[in-house]
Amino acid sequence: MTTAKIVPRRRSRLLRSEWAWAYLLIAPTIIGLCILNIYPFFNSIWLSLQKMQGLTPAKYIGIKNYQTLFADKLVMQATWNTLYFMLLTVPVGVFLALIMATLLNNNIRGRDIYRGIYFLPLVVAPAAIAMVWRWMFNAENGIINQFLGLFGIAGPNWLSDPNTALVSCAIITIWSSIGYDLVLLLAGLQSIPQNYYEACEIDGAGPLRKFFHITVPLVSPTLFFVTVLRVMSAIKVFDVIYMLIKDSNPAFNKGVSLMVLFYREAFVKFNKGYASAIVMWSFVIIGVLTAIQFIAEKKLVNYD
Amino acid sequence: MAHSATTIKGITGRRRNLIPLHIILILGAFTMIFPFYWMIITSFKTLGESIMVPPTMWPNSWALTNYREVLRTLPMWQLYFNTMLLIALRIVCAVVFSSMAAFAFAKLRFPFKGLLFFVVITQQMLPPQVYIIPQYLQLSKLNMLNTHFALLYPGLVSAFGTFFLRQFYLSLPPDLSEAAMIDGCNIGQTFLKILLPLTRTALMALSVFTAIFAYSEMMWPLIVNMKVDMMTLSAGISSLQNQYFTKYPLLMAGSAMAMLPMLILYLIFQKQFIEGIALTGTKA
Repeated sequence: MTTAKIVPRRRSRLLRSEWAWAYLLIAPTIIGLCILNIYPFFNSIWLSLQKMQGLTPAKYIGIKNYQTLFADKLVMQATWNTLYFMLLTVPVGVFLALIMATLLNNNIRGRDIYRGIYFLPLVVAPAAIAMVWRWMFNAENGIINQFLGLFGIAGPNWLSDPNTALVSCAIITIWSSIGYDLVLLLAGLQSIPQNYYEACEIDGAGPLRKFFHITVPLVSPTLFFVTVLRVMSAIKVFDVIYMLIKDSNPAFNKGVSLMVLFYREAFVKFNKGYASAIVMWSFVIIGVLTAIQFIAEKKLVNYD
Repeated sequence: MAHSATTIKGITGRRRNLIPLHIILILGAFTMIFPFYWMIITSFKTLGESIMVPPTMWPNSWALTNYREVLRTLPMWQLYFNTMLLIALRIVCAVVFSSMAAFAFAKLRFPFKGLLFFVVITQQMLPPQVYIIPQYLQLSKLNMLNTHFALLYPGLVSAFGTFFLRQFYLSLPPDLSEAAMIDGCNIGQTFLKILLPLTRTALMALSVFTAIFAYSEMMWPLIVNMKVDMMTLSAGISSLQNQYFTKYPLLMAGSAMAMLPMLILYLIFQKQFIEGIALTGTKA
């Protein structure tokens, strides 16, 4: 070791210059995070205890916003909608992505082309995606109902029927995120040594057994990561619902998500205190889900 | 002999399996492409043709009126400029500040390192909406709403970038920096000349990740920049929808124009996009 030969005084000077460099290098990030995230987090808690409507000065009202929130039918409905949206998108989306990734992992010709196509929605603005799907889901002239009509099926009023609105949004979300998940899962699959599969084949295992006995356990860290990612983005869903389920939509109550409600309270109705309470409520939900995932990770994920 | 027979059987077995596999993959690819095809075809139709039954799969005549109308309603070039500027600035900030911090957290010793790194990790655990109202109020106090700076604001520093790049600096062998120090490089030179160039792949991945998320972000640009000439593409076309709620050919023209710049980048740098995203998933 070189440091052992250095006399103590020089060593302490070196160490101090190391500290100086370190603080200089982390300064922008740490100061930025304090101003942009740490302070705003506590500020949000504080704001959620205020009555802060429009331009009138804020007034401390204790937990009143939270009392209103738990009695607010729309917020509770939006909470349920958001969780329902999560249940609609996460299992199906992750499962489809895993199936597609497994198929692509077969050393198949044109793999990069398929992968490139599936990834396409990720480079398109969600607003544009939402609009083209709104057009395709259109009840009278949309291509989907026209197509169903060929078989004599009368398609539903996809986006304005309270029963199908959120399902339609879930379809769009799965469609737009499958490519991302697939790319991550494929990278995970490619790190599984090929001879595992060969050994399994010699034992006479079919594709299904290979999938459940080799693929799923060995890809479980990536699978877990993708699932967490999808759960979080489902809870934070905004774009697609904001674009497709407007206030005037008859399916509004059954389709609105917590984040859309937050946006409306904060920036349409200018009720920033109440909006902060909504955002803290979604923070609690995310906290609970994170805890569940943490336990699930220990039980289900195989890290060797 | 027996061995080669099983291999041949294995190969032919696989070949046979590939045809249904391709059928599924092609159906999937069709589902992914069709909405884009439909967007572009519709954007060239007249309003009358767009609602014809049965729908025309190819426009009778290629009408440019929708595109002209979009250009009349929205300052499209300004939106392109705003979006590209936002993406470029977010990438620069993420790459520069995160590299600096990541190097320090991975390679240097200093007091309170654990606590300070905890600050980085916490940011990632909280949902970004928690910060939105306070960040908005900060900008409004600074009188900075409706500016390019407002768009950039939450992306000035990147906790994800710091965390992600730190993994790379940790994987670089310590001998490298020690050798540089012996050769008389100070810490700054070791960082800039020796280690930073070795993280090129990671920086590419971080840039792709930052670009995709800056481009698709919607709530923040909607909130801070209400003036149409300061909007991003996402916010701009969402305002188009509010104005022409059912004029689908026009909305499709706007969507097609909004999708163009990133699509071109993707077609050129497809490999970097996909490998970059794969890397952010495996290292983070």
